[in-house]
Amino acid sequence: MASTTLYSQRDPMLKKRDDFEDILEERRNSSDLKYAVRCYAPVLYKGLTPCKANMLKSMVLQSDHLRYVINQVSQESGEAPDIIHEEASVILEEMAHRLKISTVRFFAFTLTKAFKTLFQHICVNEEGIHRLQQAIQEHPVVLLPSHRSYMDFLLMSYILYTYDLALPVIAAGMDFMGMKFIGEMLRMSGAFFIRRSFGGDKLYWAVFSEYVKTMLRNGFAPIEFFLEGTRSRTCKSLTPKIGLLNIVMEPFFKGEVFDVHLVPISISYERILEESLYARELLGVPKPKESTSGLLKARRILSENYGSIHVYFGQPVSIRSLAQDKVNRCKYNLVPRHIPRKPTKETQSFVTDTAYRIVRLQEDSMVLKPWVLMASILLQNLEGLELSLLTEQTLWLRGLAQSCGAFLDWPDHTPSAKVVSSSLALHRGLVCVSGGRVSLVLGEPQGLVTPEEALFNRAVSVLSCASYRNQILHVFIRPAILAVAIHNAASSKKDEVFNCFSFLCKMFSDEFILCPGDTVQDFEEACYLLVKSGSVQTLQQNIVVTDRGQSTLSFLNGLLESFLQGYQLFSTLVLGNLNMFSDKCPVEGTI
Amino acid sequence: RSTYDCYGIITAAFSAFHSQMKQSATVHCFPRQEIMKWNGWGYSDSKFLFNKKGQAEFTGKRYRLSGMILPSLQDWFENTFGASVKQHKSPPSLNAGALPPANLNEAFLQDLTATGIPFSHEADDRVFRAHGHCLHEIFALREGRGFQRVPDMVTWPNCHNDVVKIVELACKHNVCVIPYGGGTSVTGALECPPEEMRCIVSLDTSQMNRILWIDEKNLVARIEAGIIGQDLERLLNEGGYCTGHEPDSMEFSSLGGWVATRASGMKKNVYGNIEDLVVHIKVVTPRGVMEKSCQGPRMSTGPDVHHFILGSEGTLGVVTEVTMKIRPIPEYRKYGSVVFPNFEAGVACLREVAKQRCAPASIRLMDNEQFQFGHALKPQVSSIFTSFVEGLKKFYITKFKGFDPHQLCVATLLFEGDRERVLQHEKQVYDIAAKFGGLAAGEDNGQRGYILTFVIAYLRDLGLDYYVVAESFETSVPWDRVLDLCRNVKERIIRECKERGVQFQPLTSCRVTQTYDAGACVYFYFAFNYRGLADPVHTYEQVEHAARDEILANGGSLSHHHGVGKLRKEWMKESISDVGLGMLRSVKEYVDPDNIFGNRNLL
Repeated sequence: MASTTLYSQRDPMLKKRDDFEDILEERRNSSDLKYAVRCYAPVLYKGLTPCKANMLKSMVLQSDHLRYVINQVSQESGEAPDIIHEEASVILEEMAHRLKISTVRFFAFTLTKAFKTLFQHICVNEEGIHRLQQAIQEHPVVLLPSHRSYMDFLLMSYILYTYDLALPVIAAGMDFMGMKFIGEMLRMSGAFFIRRSFGGDKLYWAVFSEYVKTMLRNGFAPIEFFLEGTRSRTCKSLTPKIGLLNIVMEPFFKGEVFDVHLVPISISYERILEESLYARELLGVPKPKESTSGLLKARRILSENYGSIHVYFGQPVSIRSLAQDKVNRCKYNLVPRHIPRKPTKETQSFVTDTAYRIVRLQEDSMVLKPWVLMASILLQNLEGLELSLLTEQTLWLRGLAQSCGAFLDWPDHTPSAKVVSSSLALHRGLVCVSGGRVSLVLGEPQGLVTPEEALFNRAVSVLSCASYRNQILHVFIRPAILAVAIHNAASSKKDEVFNCFSFLCKMFSDEFILCPGDTVQDFEEACYLLVKSGSVQTLQQNIVVTDRGQSTLSFLNGLLESFLQGYQLFSTLVLGNLNMFSDKCPVEGTI
Repeated sequence: RSTYDCYGIITAAFSAFHSQMKQSATVHCFPRQEIMKWNGWGYSDSKFLFNKKGQAEFTGKRYRLSGMILPSLQDWFENTFGASVKQHKSPPSLNAGALPPANLNEAFLQDLTATGIPFSHEADDRVFRAHGHCLHEIFALREGRGFQRVPDMVTWPNCHNDVVKIVELACKHNVCVIPYGGGTSVTGALECPPEEMRCIVSLDTSQMNRILWIDEKNLVARIEAGIIGQDLERLLNEGGYCTGHEPDSMEFSSLGGWVATRASGMKKNVYGNIEDLVVHIKVVTPRGVMEKSCQGPRMSTGPDVHHFILGSEGTLGVVTEVTMKIRPIPEYRKYGSVVFPNFEAGVACLREVAKQRCAPASIRLMDNEQFQFGHALKPQVSSIFTSFVEGLKKFYITKFKGFDPHQLCVATLLFEGDRERVLQHEKQVYDIAAKFGGLAAGEDNGQRGYILTFVIAYLRDLGLDYYVVAESFETSVPWDRVLDLCRNVKERIIRECKERGVQFQPLTSCRVTQTYDAGACVYFYFAFNYRGLADPVHTYEQVEHAARDEILANGGSLSHHHGVGKLRKEWMKESISDVGLGMLRSVKEYVDPDNIFGNRNLL
C-alpha cells in the first residue's frame, strides 16, 4: 500500500531525518568566481537520448499527439492546419526554456554574493542529495519543492549546481516573463513559462503537456514544478493542483517510461523575503507586478538578515510502487497513446491522492524554528505577555510539538532564555520587548496615523505573525480539529466526536492539507497523538479529556479559533448579502 | 535428401523408431522415453556439457552443432550468470517408488481391454506423460520430487474410431481423459489437476500418425492428428510437398497439439499460422464427433466452429484428423542476416518491412544480449583463415561503421520461393534495412540464428546442471508499443529478481520473432543463478508472474502461441472479459457436461 510506504512509522517521534550541511560555509571560505566556473559534470539518466533544447522543440511540434490536436482544432475552427501549426510553434517558442550552462554559472556567481549577505546558513541534507543522484540515474525525476518565495527555484538550481546534479527545467508562471532581461535569464537557467490559466485552450494544453512529457521521456533533465501552483502567502501549504502531476504521470501509465520518481523537497525559511509584502497582499494591496525595476528596488532587502534556510530533499517516491493495485494500466491499451483523453476517475483520484501525500511529505520535513512556537503563543496572547511566561510556554509547546513529530531546529547546548531572546532579536520588526513584556509591534510609530491606518498596520503585524504560526499548523492540525470536535460535539461519544471531526475536515478541506478520503485515518492519528500526550483518554466508546490535557486542548482550540471565526464571519456575510456575492467571491487566502 | 539440413539426420532415426513401435502393438510398448530424456528437453543422446577441460560441447549426432566444441560458451556462461562450471549438480534418476499408485477404474479397464486398444500403467509411461516442459515441471523431475498427481494409465489409440471408443467408455465409466500429443506444452497444460479423484487416462495420440491422403488438385492433405511435425514434413517432402508449418518445437510437437493451442510457425509469413492452414477438423467430444460437411475454403455459416476447437487446449475433446493445406517444396531458399546499430533501429526496420508487406518467410530480430549469446555458441573455427575473415568482419562493423558491440543487434532472415523472386525479394528487404542503418551480415549468421532455435531448449538443461534456471515466454503487441514493452518487461524482471534476493543480475533478452500488419510477436528469455535461494522455482514463478503483469500493462497479449494452460488461467477474465469467458464456459458445459476432458486448462 502506498500509504504504508510513505508513512511507515506510526509514531511521528520515530521519524528518521537526515542531518544538514551548510553549503554557504564553503562559499565564505573560497573564491566565488572559481566556484562559478568550476567543472560541472552531472550524472545523467541512463536512458537519456542526448538532444539540444532546440531539438526538443521540433520533437514536440512533430509529435503524433500535437499533430492530432492540430488537426482536431483545425477541423473545429475551420482554420488551415498550417496556421494552427504556426500558432503551436509560437506557443512553444513563448514557453520553452533555453537552458545554458553559462547563464547558470552567472547565477552561481551572483547568487552566491547575494546569499552570503542575506542568509546566515543554507542547510541541505546531503543524504537526500545522494538519494537524488541515484534516482536521477535510474529514472526520470520530478522535483516537487514547497513554494514560499520567489527564491525557491533559484535556490533549487543553485543547490543542484553546487552538488553537481543535473539542472532541472522548471515550470514557471508567465508573470516572470514580463521582467525584461531577467525573464530571459531565467529562461536560460532552465525555466519554461506557462500561462496561469488556459482552461479551455486545447492547443495550448497539448503543446504544454507534450513539451513536458517529451522532456520526461527523453530524460532531458529533471522536471521541477510547484504542486501548490503558486507561492503560499500564508506559509501554510496550499491544496495541490494536479494538472502538471497528471502530465508527468501519464508516460508511466502509458508504458513510455518504466517509472517516474517524485522527490518532495521542503524549503523552510527562517524569515521570508516577501514577509510584509504577503501580509499587505492578503489585505488587498495589489501584488506588485513582477518587473526588473521592482527587483532593483527590492535591493534594500539586501541589508537585512534573513536567518537561515533549510532545504530537505525527501525520499524519492516511485509512481510505479504507488500506482500498484490502484491504477490499471491496461485501460490505456485500447486507444492510441497520442490521442488525448480525460483521465479516468480511478486515475484522477490516484493523482489527487498522490498530490496530497507529496504535500504532506513536504510539510513533514519543514524545519521549524523556535520563533514559530513563540509566534503561536503570541497570537493567542495579543495583548502581550511576560518574557518569562513566554519562555516557559514556548518550552511547553516545544514538548508538545516534538511529541507530534515536528521537525524542530532548536539549538543544542544553548540556554532557552538565549534561544528566545535571539529569536526576538531576529524578528524585531514584528515584536518588541519593553519592561519584561513581549508584545506585537503595532505599526510604525512615527508620525500621525488615522485610525484606519492604525488598524491596517495592526492587521499587517498580526498577519505576519500568523504566517509563522501557520508553519506549525501541519503538526497540530489533526489533533486541533479533534480538540475542536471534542469541544463542540454534543457528547463525548466517539461516534459523535467523529461526526463533528469529519464535518470540520470537510469544511477545512481547502484550508489545510487533509486528503479527501483519509478522514478515518486522520481521526485515528489525532486520537493516537492526543492519547499519547496524555491529553485524552478513550474509555469504552467515549473520548474524555484528562485534567492535564485541558491546557493542551485549549491551546489547540485557540490554534483554530481564528479560522473558525473567519469562516463564521464569512458565512454570516454571505447569508446576509447573498446578492452581493452572487458571481465572484474572492475567498482566496485566509485570516 | 530432406531439405531440412538442420536436423536431416535425426528424422531417419525417429521414424524408424516409430514404425518399430507400430509393428509390436501390445500393452506398454511405446516407451518414447527410450530415445527421449525423461527429465529434460529432447533426445537422450543430445546435450550440452562442460568437458573436463571446461570446454562446452554438444553431444550426439543429430544436429549441426552435435560433436562440436564451443570455446566461448564457458566464459559467457560464467560471466553472465556469475556461475561456475565447477559447481555441477547432477539430477537423480527416476524413482518409481515415489509415484502415487495408479487409481484404476476396473470397469473401464475391462471394457477397454475388450476393444483391444493398447494401454499401460507402468510407472515410467505415466510419469513421462504427466508433464510438459515448464520450468517447475522439469525442476521437480530433476530434484526427484515428482508430481502430486500423474495419469493413472496411458492408452494408445490407433485411429479415429479407437478414440471414439475410448471417449465413449470414459463417459460411461466417468473417467478423466487428458489428450497427449508431443508433450511439448509450456503452460502446465499436461499437468493432472491434483484434486482430480477419478481415474486419469492419458490419451497418447502418437500412433495416429499417418497421412491419409493427398489431394494435389486442391493442395490439401488429410492427416491424422498424432503425427509429429518433422515426420509430417519428411513424409510430405517425399511427394514434393510441405506444409510450411514450422513451430520451434516441430521436432517433437504434434499436429493435434498445434490445433489445440493455436500454434504459430516460423514461416507463417508465407504459409500462415495453424488457423490459416487448417481446412477441416474432426474432433471427438463427449457429445459425439464434430466436423463440417464440406471442405470449402471459406464459409459464412455463423461463427466458425473450428475456432471452438483451435485453442481449446484439450478441454473439449480429441482432434483426430485434420485436412491441411500443402504447398510444393520451394525451389530455392536463402538465409540472410542484417546488423543494426541498436534494437530501436531494428524494430523500426521490421515495422517498415511489415508495412510494405514484404516480410520474408521468416524475419527475426535478436537484441544485443541474444546476439552475444549467439556468439558464445560459435563452434571452434576450423582454420585460421575463417577466424581471420570473422575478425575482419567484426572490425568493419564495430570500428569502421561505429557500431557499439554492446548495442548492436541482428535480424535473421529466411527467404523461400523461386530463385529469381527470392533474389529480388532479398534486395527489397536489404534496401529497407539500409534505410535504418542495417548492414547485411551474411548467410552464415542467419543460418546460425535458426539452428539456435532448435538447440536453445537443450541449453536450459545445461543451466540447471549449474544452478541456473531459465525459461522463455512470449506475447504479441501492437507495433507502437514493441520497444516500450521490451524495455519495461526486462527492467521489471531485473527489479523483481533483485527484490527477491537473486544474487546475480538475471539474463533478460528478447527478440521479435514474427511481424504482422498491426503488430509483432515478442519472445523473452530469462535466466538467473539461483544459488542462495531457498525455493528457486517459487522465486522464478513470482518473477514470471510479475513479467506477465507488466506485459499486459504495456498492451501485450496473454499469449501469442504458447496458450494459456493452467499457468495463465488467472488472467483470462481480464483478457477476454466476463462475457467472453462465459461464452467459452457455456460451450464447455454443452460439449462436456461431466468434465471428461478434465485437464482444467483455460477456464
